[in-house]
Amino acid sequence: MKKPINEMIVKLKADSVNERFARAMVASFCVQAEPSLDEITDIKTAVSEAVTNSVVHAYPKGNGWIEIEAKLFEEKIEITISDTGVGIKDISKAIEPFYTTKPLEERSGMGFTVMESFMDEMDVSENVGGGLRVKLVKNFEKKSKLAVGE
Amino acid sequence: MQVKHRVYNNTLYVLLSGELDEHTATTTRITLDEMFEGKGFRQIIVDLSELEFMDSTGIGVLIGRYKKMKDKNIPIYICNPSSHAEKIFKMTGLYEIMPKII
Repeated sequence: MKKPINEMIVKLKADSVNERFARAMVASFCVQAEPSLDEITDIKTAVSEAVTNSVVHAYPKGNGWIEIEAKLFEEKIEITISDTGVGIKDISKAIEPFYTTKPLEERSGMGFTVMESFMDEMDVSENVGGGLRVKLVKNFEKKSKLAVGE
Repeated sequence: MQVKHRVYNNTLYVLLSGELDEHTATTTRITLDEMFEGKGFRQIIVDLSELEFMDSTGIGVLIGRYKKMKDKNIPIYICNPSSHAEKIFKMTGLYEIMPKII
């Protein structure tokens, strides 16, 4: 199995104020692999969607945490965003376009569709110990020239 | 997130600047609703040339404004979206209700 050229794990309060920081942080992290600007924007958007999902849905009573784990390879980035909140009862229903449990809050219900479209792989599952886990993979078109340890 | 506006020739021009996400959505929603309550215009043009980031939360904000203005028979148009915003608009079918004019 190929070794990542870099790895990170960050834990943030599930607060919307952290969304901007979360997407900017992951975008900065992946720069080492020299992705294109379009790829960086796609990653930022997908991270923002996943973090928003946890902020809005995971902790109805507040006071929760979101963990962002990223593994950077020469040719791709794997990002896992997880929470320990209430989770989603029917994941396959939740990832359908325009599905929202909060129609009165003007939600578009397109979060998972955007993640799926902007990334190359998306896997949504129950987090071990409760909550939700979203794994996202983006393949870089132009392979990084950086080797491990450089 | 900043929202600027001016009325000219029966048109309300709105310029969105900054990043539109869950954190800035509520304030943006309130600001736009206040502007849209005004008089002296028969259509609205939302200029996105200075919008640096938007995710699907922004789509929810725009669709919400569309629903409110539809009752008043005032159309909303989008102009100058980034290629990234354009991708989200096309994916969600937003242009079907808020056509792109430039």
